[in-house]
Amino acid sequence: MNLPAPSPGGDGRAPASAGGPSPLQRERARTIFQKGATSRRAFQCPPPDVPEADPDELLPARFRRREPPRLPEVSEPELVRHYVTLSKRNFDLDSGFYPLGSCTMKHNPRLHERAAALAGHARLHPLQDPERAQGALELMWRLQGALAEISGLPHVSLQPSAGSAGELAGVLLTRAYHEDRGEQRHKVLAPDTAHGTNPATVSMAGLEVVKLATDAEGGVDVDDLRVKADTDVACLMLTNPNTLGVFDANIEEIAAIVHGVGATLYYDGANLNAVMGLSRPGDMGFDIVHFNLHKSFTQPHGGGGPGSGPIATSERIAPYLPRPLVVRREDGSFALEHQRPKSIGRLRGFHGNYGCLVRAYAYICSLGADGLRDASEAAVLNANHLLARLCQKGVAEYLPLAYGRLCMHEFVLSGGPMKRELKIKTLDLAKRLLDHGFHPPTVYFPLLVEEALMVEPTETETRETLDAFAEAIAAILAEAAEDPAVAEGAPYSTPVRRLDEVAAAKQPVIRESL
Amino acid sequence: MAEASYPEDLLYHPEHDWARVEGEQATLGITWFAQDALGEVVFFEPPAVGTSVAKDAAYTEVESVKAVSDVIAPLSGEIVEVNGALAENPQAINEDPYGDGWLVRVRLSDPSEREALMDAASYVSSLAS
Repeated sequence: MNLPAPSPGGDGRAPASAGGPSPLQRERARTIFQKGATSRRAFQCPPPDVPEADPDELLPARFRRREPPRLPEVSEPELVRHYVTLSKRNFDLDSGFYPLGSCTMKHNPRLHERAAALAGHARLHPLQDPERAQGALELMWRLQGALAEISGLPHVSLQPSAGSAGELAGVLLTRAYHEDRGEQRHKVLAPDTAHGTNPATVSMAGLEVVKLATDAEGGVDVDDLRVKADTDVACLMLTNPNTLGVFDANIEEIAAIVHGVGATLYYDGANLNAVMGLSRPGDMGFDIVHFNLHKSFTQPHGGGGPGSGPIATSERIAPYLPRPLVVRREDGSFALEHQRPKSIGRLRGFHGNYGCLVRAYAYICSLGADGLRDASEAAVLNANHLLARLCQKGVAEYLPLAYGRLCMHEFVLSGGPMKRELKIKTLDLAKRLLDHGFHPPTVYFPLLVEEALMVEPTETETRETLDAFAEAIAAILAEAAEDPAVAEGAPYSTPVRRLDEVAAAKQPVIRESL
Repeated sequence: MAEASYPEDLLYHPEHDWARVEGEQATLGITWFAQDALGEVVFFEPPAVGTSVAKDAAYTEVESVKAVSDVIAPLSGEIVEVNGALAENPQAINEDPYGDGWLVRVRLSDPSEREALMDAASYVSSLAS
C-alpha cells in the first residue's frame, strides 16, 4: 500500500522533456486497431462441422457490407500483451486505496467471486425452465428476504440492474401508485445535496424536480420542505445519511410532512453502508428503497463490473413492482410470478444481474446480521478516524469540514481556504494524490460546497492506510505552501499527465472506424 | 480573466448573475465568481429568441468540466437576442464574463425589478460572508 510513487524526475516532478512523447509513450498510445499485420491470427477456427449456408439465403446482398470489417489482426502474444499493459495502467481497488465519496469502494472478497463463478450459477441460461433452476430461484428468494429485513420493507424486486435503474423503478412505482388512485402529481422534491441521478431519474419519468434547501446542520431544511410540500408533490427522494455524510435526525418529522400531503418517501440507498443493521429505512417511514448491491454488498464496480439496484417497498407500493417476482409456492418450490396486473412491467430482460445477486447473497450470509452491523460501524469509525486526522493543524485550516463535526461513512471537506491561501484548487490536490499512489476522492460534489472533496474510506481499509492518506494530504498542502506549481502540474507518475477535460467533453474520440 | 472583477456599471443577483440595463433592455450573464466556481465551461446552449424569462427562475444551463448548472434570470422579460458565438466558443464565458461571454439580451417586462438587485459593492460583500 502507498508505495512511494515512481517519479520520472526523481523528485516527483517531470523530467526535462526533449519535447513530445517518448518511444514508449508512443507505443502505449497505440490502440489494438493500430497493431498487428494482415492475416495474423490469435485463434484459428476449426473446420465447420455443419453444412455451410449460402449467405444470399441468410441475408440479401444489399444488406451485407461489401468489404470485410477492419478488425484487428494480431497474434495471441500481441493480444495478451496489449490487454495486460492496459490493465496495468488502470488504477483499481486491488492495487490501492480508492476513497471515492458515495461510491463505497470496499474490498470485494474473493470467496464471492468463487461462488459467482460456480457453473450452476455462471452457466445457467436465463431461459432455463424455472423448474430446473430451483437453486437459483431459491437464492433470489432468500436474497429478497434478506434485503426486506435490512430495509424494513417487506416486498423486493431484484430486477433493476444499477442504482439509477433502481431509482427509475422507484419513481415509476410512485407514479403508478398515484395514477392508480386517480391523482396526477407532477413534482418530486430532492435536496440540493442529492446525487445527480435523482433529478435525472425524475426527468426521465416525465416529472419535475423541485430542489430543497439544506439547513445549517447539513440536513433537509424542514421549513423549506413545509413550504414546498403540497398535493402536487408525488415523492420526496432522500439519501440518509446524505452526500455530506450527515444523518438527518429530523427524518421522522420529514416523513410526517411528506405523508401528510399524500406523497411517497423514497430512500436512495447510495449510502446504506453507513446504517446496515443499525437503522432501517422502513422504520424511518420510507415507502421505497433502492439498494446498490455493487456498493454496499461487495461487487467489483466502477468500470469493473455490472451493477445491481434492487428495490424494496411497503405494502401500498407492492402491487406495482416490476414483474416477475420470485415467489415460494405452498409446496416449498420456487416460481416466477408473472401475474401482477398493476405492475409497472419489466425494467430489463430476464432477472437482473444474477452474478451480483450471488455475490450479495454470499456477503450477507458470510457476515450475518451482526457482521453487517459491524461493517457499518467500522465504516463510520474509519471515516471519523480519517476525518480526525484531517482536522489537525496543517490541514484543517486549508481543508475544513463543510458541515457538522462528526460524520457517518463519509465526509465532505471544502478546499475554499486552500484555493485562496495556497493557490491550489481541489482538482490540483486530487491530481497530486495520484503521485502518492492514491485514487483521489470525489471532487466538486456536492455542488453546494465550495471546492468540495468528498471522502469515503469504507470499513475494509486499515488504520495504516488511512494515516498514510492523511499524511499525503498534509504533505501536498505543505508542498503547495512552498510552491503551488508542483500540484498544478501534477500528476507526474501516471501513464498520462493532466488530461484536457475541455477537449474530452467537447471533442471526444469514441469511435474507431471499421 | 485571472483576477476577480465586478464592474460598477452592472447589477447583480445573489445567484451570481449580472445584468447590464440599457433602457428597456438588459444584457445578462454570469459573474466572475460563478465562472471561477464552475471551472472551464464546455457547453452553452442558448434558449430560443422569444422565450420568456422570469426573475429568480432558471432560464438556461451552462455545462463546465465540473457540473451542469442552472442560470438564474436576474430580471424578467422576453429574450430578444442570444450570444450565438458561445456555441463554438463557450470558454468566452470564462475569459470575458462581462464582455464576449454575455449570454442573452432581454426586453424587460418590469424594469422596476432592478430595484431588488445589488450593486457591485453589495455583491462583493455578499461573497465574503
